[in-house]
Amino acid sequence: MNNCILEMKGIRKYFYGVKALEGVDFKIKTGEVHALIGENGAGKSTLVKILAGVYQPNAGTLIFNHKSVQFLSPQISQQAGISAIHQEATMFPELSVTENIFIGHHIRNKSNGLLSWKEMKDKTQALLNKLELDIHPDTKVKNLSVAQRHMVEIAKALSLNAKIVIMDEPTSALTIKEVEYLYKIIRKLKSENKAVIFISHKFEEIFEIADYFTVLRDGKYIGEGKMADVTMDEIIQMVIGRNLEHRYPQIEAEQGNTILKVKNLTRIGFFKDISFELHQGEILGFFGLVGAGRTEVMQTIFGIEALTSGEVFINGKKVNIANPAEAMNYGLAYIPEDRQLQGTILKMNIKENVTLSIINKISRHFFLDKEKELKITEQYGKQIEIKASSWQQLVENLSGGNQQKVVLAKWIATKPRILIMDEPTKGIDVATKATVHNIISELAKQGIAIILVSSELPEILGMSNNIIVMHEGAITTKFTRDKANSENIIKAAIGSILS
Amino acid sequence: MLVLPKKREFNFFIFIILIIFIISLRTPSFLDLNNFMDILNDTAILTMVAIGQLMIIVTGGIDLSVDASLALTGMSVALLNQHYPEIPLFIIILISITIGLLLGSINGLLVSQAKIPPVITTLGTMSIYRGLVFVICKGTWVSAHEMTEAFREFPRRSFLGISNLIFIAILIIVLFLIFLSLTKTGREIYGIGGNKTAAQYVGINLNKINYLAYTLCGGITGLAGFLWVARYAAAQSETAIGFNFQTIAACVVGGVSITGGSGTVIGVVLGAFFIGIVYNALTMINVSPFWQMAIQGFIILFAIIINTIMDKRNQQLLLRKRSFNE
Amino acid sequence: MNKPKALVNKRNIFDLEKIRKINLLNILLKWEIILLFIFIAIIIVNSNLSPYFLDYNNLMNTTFNFIEKAIIALPMMLVIICGDIDISAASILALSSVFMGMASRAGVGTFGLIAVGLFAGLAAGFLNGFIITKFGIPSIAVTLGSMSLFRGIAYVILGDKAFTKYPKSFAYFGQGYIGNTMIPFELVLFVVLAIIFGIVLHKTTLGRKVFAIGNNSTAANFSGVAVNKIRLIIFTVIGFCSGLASILLTSRIGSTRPNIADGWELEIITTVVLGGVVITGGQGNIFGVIISVFIIGFLKFGMGLINIPGKVMNIALGFLLIIAIMLPELLKRIKPKNNI
Repeated sequence: MNNCILEMKGIRKYFYGVKALEGVDFKIKTGEVHALIGENGAGKSTLVKILAGVYQPNAGTLIFNHKSVQFLSPQISQQAGISAIHQEATMFPELSVTENIFIGHHIRNKSNGLLSWKEMKDKTQALLNKLELDIHPDTKVKNLSVAQRHMVEIAKALSLNAKIVIMDEPTSALTIKEVEYLYKIIRKLKSENKAVIFISHKFEEIFEIADYFTVLRDGKYIGEGKMADVTMDEIIQMVIGRNLEHRYPQIEAEQGNTILKVKNLTRIGFFKDISFELHQGEILGFFGLVGAGRTEVMQTIFGIEALTSGEVFINGKKVNIANPAEAMNYGLAYIPEDRQLQGTILKMNIKENVTLSIINKISRHFFLDKEKELKITEQYGKQIEIKASSWQQLVENLSGGNQQKVVLAKWIATKPRILIMDEPTKGIDVATKATVHNIISELAKQGIAIILVSSELPEILGMSNNIIVMHEGAITTKFTRDKANSENIIKAAIGSILS
Repeated sequence: MLVLPKKREFNFFIFIILIIFIISLRTPSFLDLNNFMDILNDTAILTMVAIGQLMIIVTGGIDLSVDASLALTGMSVALLNQHYPEIPLFIIILISITIGLLLGSINGLLVSQAKIPPVITTLGTMSIYRGLVFVICKGTWVSAHEMTEAFREFPRRSFLGISNLIFIAILIIVLFLIFLSLTKTGREIYGIGGNKTAAQYVGINLNKINYLAYTLCGGITGLAGFLWVARYAAAQSETAIGFNFQTIAACVVGGVSITGGSGTVIGVVLGAFFIGIVYNALTMINVSPFWQMAIQGFIILFAIIINTIMDKRNQQLLLRKRSFNE
Repeated sequence: MNKPKALVNKRNIFDLEKIRKINLLNILLKWEIILLFIFIAIIIVNSNLSPYFLDYNNLMNTTFNFIEKAIIALPMMLVIICGDIDISAASILALSSVFMGMASRAGVGTFGLIAVGLFAGLAAGFLNGFIITKFGIPSIAVTLGSMSLFRGIAYVILGDKAFTKYPKSFAYFGQGYIGNTMIPFELVLFVVLAIIFGIVLHKTTLGRKVFAIGNNSTAANFSGVAVNKIRLIIFTVIGFCSGLASILLTSRIGSTRPNIADGWELEIITTVVLGGVVITGGQGNIFGVIISVFIIGFLKFGMGLINIPGKVMNIALGFLLIIAIMLPELLKRIKPKNNI
């Protein structure tokens, strides 16, 4: 009846010298919902991508259905009966929902071998109905919202009739109703004797849905067991390796004047009526699920995107910020979410990256001042403890943590008065995380106003003076530090508004 | 339910009917059956090669060498016909397709294996092929009386009032309609243009599909080469110069996104037809042929700008709709 | 001299940096060194083909044939490093020449013609840049359209005729020499421009920003770089230089036809790419482009010496373009993967 369908032993994976996985083991039986737990950067996605045939392991074995296998490509993995919903959208924006679901395994007309769109469309409609989704099968995926796209991905995974279904952070963009559906679907899969690998870094969800768990930390296998045999605290201990309390620096309670005021900020399709105030020396945490609209709000304040309506005041004066350069003039700085795409220029070296935002200030009549460039890089690089063999090193050769430090150095060098940080510790090792947190606390002590956008509950709770929670483009609740706890913040994030 | 892209083609079709109507008000002879046939004949070759160009633009590339391939193939078969008039016509047609496939596959190899950006690849092969035309004809012409009658008359010969040329064009349209919407490989072409990473995740072989797209385009262009030199009864080193831009114009006007991933055969047919109408109308009102290049350039720019604006407007509308639903 | 211990230690660290710099430079310069060898090879071959080749005067006069293209290659280098492309440059040249012809026919004098030529180029370049940045359309698409439009306008205005009346003093720019020397004015102009572009690209903040945009325009934008403003400037500059080249070319051949500079796009882009500028942007170097200018210029001259017709020369250029782009990819695959 219950049967070990997959066993991964001793999996190792390296990327350009960075150890993503070091000897990880993983087992799952049919009819089991198995949670793969760990912090950001623990290696969960990497492990699962190996299973899905996206990556090849450097060492280790895979035993699927009692046979030793090698999944050399995503297609081979799919054909073997493994269906994966990855974190990144792997959809074709210009193609319809039907086509996205069936691409790779089209249904053909038996008589002439041509594609049978009617059959595929009917099946898609049936699938969408089963998931109670109000989406027309002909809709182009580019016209769907983020949450709808995610649901289509789930539909796609279900259409493959797989033996193992992998879901990598599936709830990050879903509403509370959709999360409930997802649980229903998972339970149904379980009853059909399928195995479900459920990846999450949110401890709360896992207790709701999983039977078993495996914990990874920093690429290493830490432990596994039955969900029923373990408490939340024990799991947290395994995940972070030490006590929650000790991680965060002391946060000062003293704050100065209102330096930033946002009133009824709206951008159609992304967020509505955002209003808040930020004070000097304050760390304002912004929590929410992926797709809540926090990044969009910050990018609008910083001038990367235009607002539809609303007002922004800096130091009491109304401002119109049309682009990042103007934002910088008002003392704003923005550390973006995606450090490789938005935060750094990988093929340029550390000096060039660190000085990019202040480049006009380190020049004499448009000429580059190489000495000043080096001086500034050394000053901030040392302050932030960037670990590199030389300042000439290309940023692409640095570790994730050091890359993030380069971004930090770049923006601190602009001597901002308002620093917006969007997921600054995402995918970073624990040691660097601590350094970053200390820096944030130092900056706040110096009177710099900080907005910290984060999806990590412990970080938000540990670092913020005040917390704003967003959900589907609106602010649901504002908390002060003493009134906030994991429960009420999560509730606000998934849509139930507290007074 | 009419989904947006189909709506666009339908709107475009109505637009063309309107234009025809307006033109015929000023010049009633425009609606003449003979004139209409002329337009179809003039547009046939453009339509065919534009379909080849469509495939390539959909993959996210571009083929600037189609005019040179066309000229090279045309010159090759014209020379063959001149020196070996006994070769039967269908062999000539097969040869033209084969040469075209070969020229296209060179582009395909360079883009897929050598990973050279399509703009550069086809810019390079355009010069090479064009230069080769000059080399094989040693700078001379092949003129009408050096071609066999069968060769010259082929495009013109008609069956039930429709010329061979138009039949072939219709054949190509139907074939590629089926290929691009009803076969797995055809849809994979759209896949790699839409999202390269996602395409690899579902097992689409990027190299194979790229190679295929350029080779098929070459095949069509080869056939078009024969039809061109036969129809105009001349082959020279300047044959079809600038034709590559016409094919791109037809695609862009037909709603093909220059960044890849979307575009339909029907759209391209309408686009080519639109350009044909414009040229025909301009000739009717005695606009000199020297205006052609400028009008073409203007049409390309105008079509791209309008497409971009409309896309952005659609996105805004969708965002508005979505936010009201919440 | 006595060296205190502290200083010795500092120097060691410095040496380490210097050694790394030299290694880096070696790798960087490799492309340029290859180009130099090719250049020398071409000189040797050419001098074997014709005993008169190595004559100082002849060498100087040879440059007339390619310096106008070279002048457009300089801003093209900026465009490509910035991540864009402009295939309408030669068409802008044609348009500018036609406007100068019209002005000349209307009796405008030499200085007026220069103003017309430069302004026409600038305006056309600005139009390209405006459409590209305002609507967010890829530069390949826009310049594909404007390439036909600009040259098309030239055809509309001139048809199959030509402008041949230009003032006598106008001929100096394309045909004249500096004072009593045999150094062409055009060549000097190119050298001055090359120095300016080299300094701007490698030593100014503008150059740094261009590299940043070409590498990652999103990150550049997020970092406060005025991406669209810079792109607009660059397209205007290449338009301006096309106008400048138009003055030189028109002055040299003394007439304007709508097909003037036909097909120059291929050669100009080949020159830039051969010079080590990566077509996808973000990488490149002025020295490579300068050497490349002379390689292609003398290569074509050599081919001319053995009577290779123009169209056949284009075959060689086509091959050169393709090989120039393949080479870095091939080199990357051959070199062992370095793990820093």
